[in-house]
Amino acid sequence: MHAFDYQAPTTLREALELLSKPQQSARPLAGGTDLIDQMRVGRLTPEVVIDIKKIAELNALRVDSGGLHLGAAVPCYRICSERAIIDDYSALVDSCRIIGGVQIQSRASLGGNLCNSGPAGDSIPSLIALQATCLIAGPQGTREVPVESFCTGPGKNVLRTGELLIELRMPRRAPHSGSHYRRMIPRNEMDIAVVGVGASVQLDATGKTIVAARLALGAVAPTPLYAESASQLLAGQPVSDALIAKAAQAAREIVKPISDMRGTAEYRVHVTGVLVQRALQAAIVRARGEACDYRPGH
Amino acid sequence: MSRKRVVSATINGDLVEFLCEPRQTLLEVLRNVLELTGAKEGCSNGNCGACTVLMNGRPVVSCLVLAMEAEGAEIRTIEGVACGSHLDEVQQAFLQGAALQCGICTPGFIMQTEALLAENPQPSEDEIRFYLAGNLCRCTGYDKIVRAVQSAAAQRQQASHSTQATR
Repeated sequence: MHAFDYQAPTTLREALELLSKPQQSARPLAGGTDLIDQMRVGRLTPEVVIDIKKIAELNALRVDSGGLHLGAAVPCYRICSERAIIDDYSALVDSCRIIGGVQIQSRASLGGNLCNSGPAGDSIPSLIALQATCLIAGPQGTREVPVESFCTGPGKNVLRTGELLIELRMPRRAPHSGSHYRRMIPRNEMDIAVVGVGASVQLDATGKTIVAARLALGAVAPTPLYAESASQLLAGQPVSDALIAKAAQAAREIVKPISDMRGTAEYRVHVTGVLVQRALQAAIVRARGEACDYRPGH
Repeated sequence: MSRKRVVSATINGDLVEFLCEPRQTLLEVLRNVLELTGAKEGCSNGNCGACTVLMNGRPVVSCLVLAMEAEGAEIRTIEGVACGSHLDEVQQAFLQGAALQCGICTPGFIMQTEALLAENPQPSEDEIRFYLAGNLCRCTGYDKIVRAVQSAAAQRQQASHSTQATR
């Protein structure tokens, strides 16, 4: 690995000062599961690595009247073991349980997954489905960006020099709502999504009509996508197989996948529809307060 | 620019101080500085699990941890599992069940199993396979490893029952 300096600030202010030092390339380090490998192979060569795990704001994990505050450096295993998240933000747990293996989940954070901005990042469709926004701090103060607008291309995002992703915020879970993330991989675990779909659904009190829904798609375009028209056509409609099939078709129409060793573009388009149906069905089951028989890795 | 720094960590119960550069991984320091060569370098990119150690009780791949991050941490490696020449239940089960051939992956599997059994003392076969998915073995085909984990879990259950019975 190339030579670099290591800093572990304990306050946000210090971290932002380090990040905005001129003539010095810097990179924040949370779990390091992407960064350390990218430095090892020489793809990234920052002069200073800023370990952000000692900063309180980056470790926040709480639900209050405003919803979920998830610090950008919180590792996946903490998310998976938090009752409030398991119950109210299920799609996040579905994602965190299949990002790498258990060892990776001990370290990897959703802030890191998002900032790595891979088209197949497993947490991003869940964040979009759950209407997450990014709280970003920088030399000019803080700003908020919806997760669906954060990634701008493979490995690229809206962060400017000197800016740091602090927190992911998600609104409180609506009554009669549920969410799910599902991906297709050729093996049971430890792989990169061929297609990934995040879904969140809010039903009316009878559990028969969809009030609102959000669908998001991963690995089928240069960035994770919010499937806006597919989401909107569900709103106000009674739940039916035909409706779900219509949403699946609408999602297929916006994807622009590539063909690679994981699958052809044609296959990915097909799988998008299949997973939209399955993710929606599971989210609906959860919205009705029933147990969904999904087992990670299957 | 990349100044060497002293890092102090508790490794297998002992407070250890070591000198390292920011670019050194925990795996490099364990093996090359501290001469704890039990953790193996397989892929160096977090896929194979051969370098698994426990950091503050959580299993991590030490090739994806900077040694500097270990400051103040509690690290447990394969060297800290046996008590003198007395192997623990997991080591014993791997040995008795011949759950290895070349042995390169074994320290990682044992550390991952220690983490699993601490979290879930009676895992199902499915849970074992899922928890060990980040550890690769190219010799055994995994079945013997899964059986060894089941046997270690049973041994521990039995041991804790008999301890309770004698109380």
